[in-house]
Amino acid sequence: MSKPKVCILRSAGTNCDRETAAAFEMAGADTELLHVNRLTCGERAFKEFQILALPGGFSYGDDVASGKILANELRFRLFDGLREFISGGKLVIGICNGFQVLVKSGLLPGVESASGGLKQEASLIMNDSGKFEARWVYLKSEGRCIWTKGLKDLIYLPVAHGEGKFVVSGQKVLNRLKKNRQVVLKYCDGRGRLSGYPDNPNGSLAGIAGITDRTGRVLGLMPHPERHILSLQHPRKEKRAGLKGDGLGIFKNGVEYARKNF
Amino acid sequence: MRYKIEVVDKPGVFDAVGQGIKKDIRDLGIAGVRDVKFIQVYLLEGSFAEAQVISICRELLIDKVTQDYKIIPETFKEPSRSTRHVVEVSYHPGVMDPAEESVLKGIRDLGIPEPESVKTAKKYIISGKLSSVQLNTITEKLLYNKLIQYVADRFTSPGDVKNLPGYDFKLVTVDLLGAADPELLKISKKGQLFLNLNEMRQIRDYFRKLKRNPTDCELETIAQTWSEHCYHKTFRGNIDYREKKSDPCLGDMKIKSLLKTTIMKATRKLDKDWCVSVFKDNAGVIRFDKDNNVCFKVETHNHPSALEPFGGANTGIGGVIRDVMGTGLGARPILNSDVFCFAPPDLDFREVPSGALHPKRVMKGVVSGVRDYGNKMGIPTVNGAVLFHKDFAGNPLVYCGTVGMMPRDKSFKKTNRGDLAVVVGGATGRDGIHGATFSSGELTHESETVSSGAVQIGNPIQEKKVLDTLIKARDLNLFSALTDCGAGGLSSAIGEMGQELGARVYLDKVPLKYSGLSYMEIWISESQERMVLAVPPENIDRLIRVFADENVNAAVVGEFTGTKKLELYYREEQVCSLEMDFLHGGIPSIAKKALYLQIRHAEPKIPRRKNYTSDLLKLLGHFDICSKEWIVRQYDHEVQGGSVIKPLVGLKNDGPSDASVTKPLFDSNKGLILSNGINFRFGLIDPYWMAAGCIDEALRQIISVGGSLKEVAILDNFCWGNPDKPDRLGGLVRAAFGCYHTALAYGVPFISGKDSFYNEFSVHGRSTPIPGTLLISAIGVMDDVSKSISMYAKEAGSLVYLVGNTRDELGGSHYYDLYRALGNRVPRVYPGESNKVFSALSRASQKGLVKSMHDCSDGGLAVALAEMSFAGGLGMEVFLSEVPYVKSAGINNETLLFSESHSRFVVEVAVEKQREFQKQLKGLPCGLIGCLNDKDRFRVRGMEGEVCLDADIASLKEAWQGPLKW
Repeated sequence: MSKPKVCILRSAGTNCDRETAAAFEMAGADTELLHVNRLTCGERAFKEFQILALPGGFSYGDDVASGKILANELRFRLFDGLREFISGGKLVIGICNGFQVLVKSGLLPGVESASGGLKQEASLIMNDSGKFEARWVYLKSEGRCIWTKGLKDLIYLPVAHGEGKFVVSGQKVLNRLKKNRQVVLKYCDGRGRLSGYPDNPNGSLAGIAGITDRTGRVLGLMPHPERHILSLQHPRKEKRAGLKGDGLGIFKNGVEYARKNF
Repeated sequence: MRYKIEVVDKPGVFDAVGQGIKKDIRDLGIAGVRDVKFIQVYLLEGSFAEAQVISICRELLIDKVTQDYKIIPETFKEPSRSTRHVVEVSYHPGVMDPAEESVLKGIRDLGIPEPESVKTAKKYIISGKLSSVQLNTITEKLLYNKLIQYVADRFTSPGDVKNLPGYDFKLVTVDLLGAADPELLKISKKGQLFLNLNEMRQIRDYFRKLKRNPTDCELETIAQTWSEHCYHKTFRGNIDYREKKSDPCLGDMKIKSLLKTTIMKATRKLDKDWCVSVFKDNAGVIRFDKDNNVCFKVETHNHPSALEPFGGANTGIGGVIRDVMGTGLGARPILNSDVFCFAPPDLDFREVPSGALHPKRVMKGVVSGVRDYGNKMGIPTVNGAVLFHKDFAGNPLVYCGTVGMMPRDKSFKKTNRGDLAVVVGGATGRDGIHGATFSSGELTHESETVSSGAVQIGNPIQEKKVLDTLIKARDLNLFSALTDCGAGGLSSAIGEMGQELGARVYLDKVPLKYSGLSYMEIWISESQERMVLAVPPENIDRLIRVFADENVNAAVVGEFTGTKKLELYYREEQVCSLEMDFLHGGIPSIAKKALYLQIRHAEPKIPRRKNYTSDLLKLLGHFDICSKEWIVRQYDHEVQGGSVIKPLVGLKNDGPSDASVTKPLFDSNKGLILSNGINFRFGLIDPYWMAAGCIDEALRQIISVGGSLKEVAILDNFCWGNPDKPDRLGGLVRAAFGCYHTALAYGVPFISGKDSFYNEFSVHGRSTPIPGTLLISAIGVMDDVSKSISMYAKEAGSLVYLVGNTRDELGGSHYYDLYRALGNRVPRVYPGESNKVFSALSRASQKGLVKSMHDCSDGGLAVALAEMSFAGGLGMEVFLSEVPYVKSAGINNETLLFSESHSRFVVEVAVEKQREFQKQLKGLPCGLIGCLNDKDRFRVRGMEGEVCLDADIASLKEAWQGPLKW
């Protein structure tokens, strides 16, 4: 097929939309920056796309809690289209604020409750340090997710958030995440070992930085892969033009999968 | 029905807010607090079914994983006990509550009818034994700001705003015609107009000719347009300057417009073809590449930040971003820069002037304000500086800068006759009345109460929405001109846009936050996040739709007429009719006296020592020099994905970068370098050399990261005391001439600038000025960011060079500051020599001969070497005997280590590049002073070979990181 189409969903306060689009384009996709109002008014629909990306930023100012208002908009205004999109085998990625939206809407870890709606079983709350922090972190990739398949064991990406501490509603949820291999990115030190602050920048449970749903097609992560698609962006590597960064592989995986399957 | 809902963390969830406040209480010196718990409160008013309220709580207001909620009955009163204290803080009626709009949207999304009102409050439960005095201290110093908030002691009614009284129109005139001089001054003072007698007379005479009294609105409009803040009277007026004992001697002179004689003259003489628009628009514009231009503006927001640090800094950064958004036909902000001056954060509470906030609170508030706005706008804060001096205690400095990018064909604006005046963005409220005039006077211990209306509250998401839609409308060519609403609100924005043509405005058409505003309040309100556009009538429907599509309000409020008059109406009644010529040209010329007397300061008596290690450790821990990581990490410096040289660099990403390098376009390696120079200590000795040194510092940082001076533009921001006092003005004149001479010598044009005066704080009539402070911000275009260089030592075995001459110039140094002395031998600038050094180093970087480079500034050579070494995690062995210097009696180990002579660089060069590097530097002051090793030792040998600095790099780093590790 031709280039997969990515919907980069915007709302009031989205601010990583342009670089996320640039990363997807570099990975070989066509992108469109789409405001959520176009979906809620029915003018446009998720089904026009193969990939949905929820970029970073401060949707609706992160008022009430980070990602909460947009999560509710997806749950209560756009759920049918979104359910169809995901059950149709398409791909979703939520980065930083996008991850917060996915978790707070219940799309991640993603177990449907009896009533047919989604249940929030995890959350991303205020960093243990009590403040917003921007820093580079090492991540170990594992688990079963089409977005992180075949990445290097250890990748290096920046985080920039105030509410990124991953927590779950109970031990059972964590056990299930582990059993299903839904934990796909973990904060670690430069040698790949689990570690404390600042390697784990926010105090996340078990160092969890990114998770997927049961299908492995929906990824949410706090770090910003779109900010390391060129080696020029790396804080220490010798500056050389043309070399790629660690984050690009994630976008390439998504685009490659969409190209093969649709 | 009213509902009060409290959101509480579930047991076991870490309460980061509460813990942070507990720490702050300890910092206040109050012991005995066991625990602080934070509770978010929502107050809803409306008629809901019970199930709906529960649904709002469960689905919207709480995080089900970590939080529970309680619905509190209206009559319930929280019991305070001697060991459990409850403090609940809400916003004053009329102060914007940013969360309100989002909660309303959230309720609508649940399919529940919108309530009548939503308010939020913060509740703190403090456990521990506290006296009522202690509790008051905690409340006032940490938990609320009485300018915008109040402490509720009972169930408070939401929807207060809706109960504000309405407004009944009544035209107010001011009796000027019959006023004699004393009355004129009284009118100026009472109305907070900050106009002097001459100006008041001029206004009176104008209205005598019209045979009528002015309306309140006319008088306000004139006061704002003529204010120091908007008109820059000092820089444009006449100055009678005299000086004594100064070097260089400028000579006594009569200056007509200091701005045109110095700053703008340098630009005119240099006449660079890549300068697109200078000193005309909101920001200076230069060429970036064949398709794009960039613009740069730096503003100050000192007085608001003194009163309300968070709000002041928040709206300061918000304002400068809007300046850039309003440049040309609209630029997209791509970089922020923030520079602050505070009193030392460990200042004894007893030394804080009455009416001022403690510097630590000011600093935390300012940093949070910048963090909140910059991060939410998605603009990387990549450059900055923080300096400390006790005389900033009553009047801190907050400089906010923004760089924007726009297509080349969108770089100019022109309002056309018949264009509609359209206000877009936030609604207008009572916030920020009198900001422009307020910043044109001194702060006093009473400012807090008298000028409380001058504080504004920002809403960055509103501004982001305006930005997104504005760029869309720009690219559809829907408007012909725009400007932002800053100080002076609509008055200043429309007055400026209609300067040539004239404008007619219907004030009752301006969208309001709440009813009750008078026509004058609407006209001068400084409510944030508003822009004014000039829109051809045929585009208006499309334009309104572009904004409405993303929930941004756009309202037609008037038109640009061609009558050359400013005509304002409120419901058919004319409330202002002023000739634009008088408004913009009628200000009487001002003559001020300036006197500069070179003062002789005491030279310190420091015992000569063999070993200076303890001085180095103290210098590294000096507040000016120590790590600002606590601040830098709170800013998102990576957003937009263009950061190449980051503010923190090094083996562990924690060393102090010189300048930032950014690659603003995804498909090009062309870059922008941003740097700044600021040093008020030199100005305390001689403002001329301060100015010269600030320019040198900003430029040498550009060289340090691998740039060149080929396309570098600079901005000046003067923060000074009261210019009506001849001694303050004398220093300013010298600084301006320092700027002029140095900019010409280095070939770098000024493209924009700003001044802020009356930075003095008076308590009961005794006034303390701030040290006159100049910030030079520099922006440079770099052809290829892959050639950029960072400051940390890279490889054991590399050679370490010092390039540039050291002189006996310890005056104003941080080393002297350790001994509470200033001295007199202030560092001077020698552009003839430095220009050669700068271009040789640029060439060496381009050829790939440089592994790392760091400029010597605060703390001199010793600090620069130490920073390079510990940031790279490598040991260093250095020999002062190889340092190039200019011979004089004062040259010894002490001066070589700590003199802050300008235009010097420490350069790391790989052994195999030694010959080629030396060839590039041939004939220039350049010494091979040492080498790097993989041990942990930092060692410097003096001129005679004796060890004069010796420490392990971990302890150096610890000394540097410790002071601001909050």
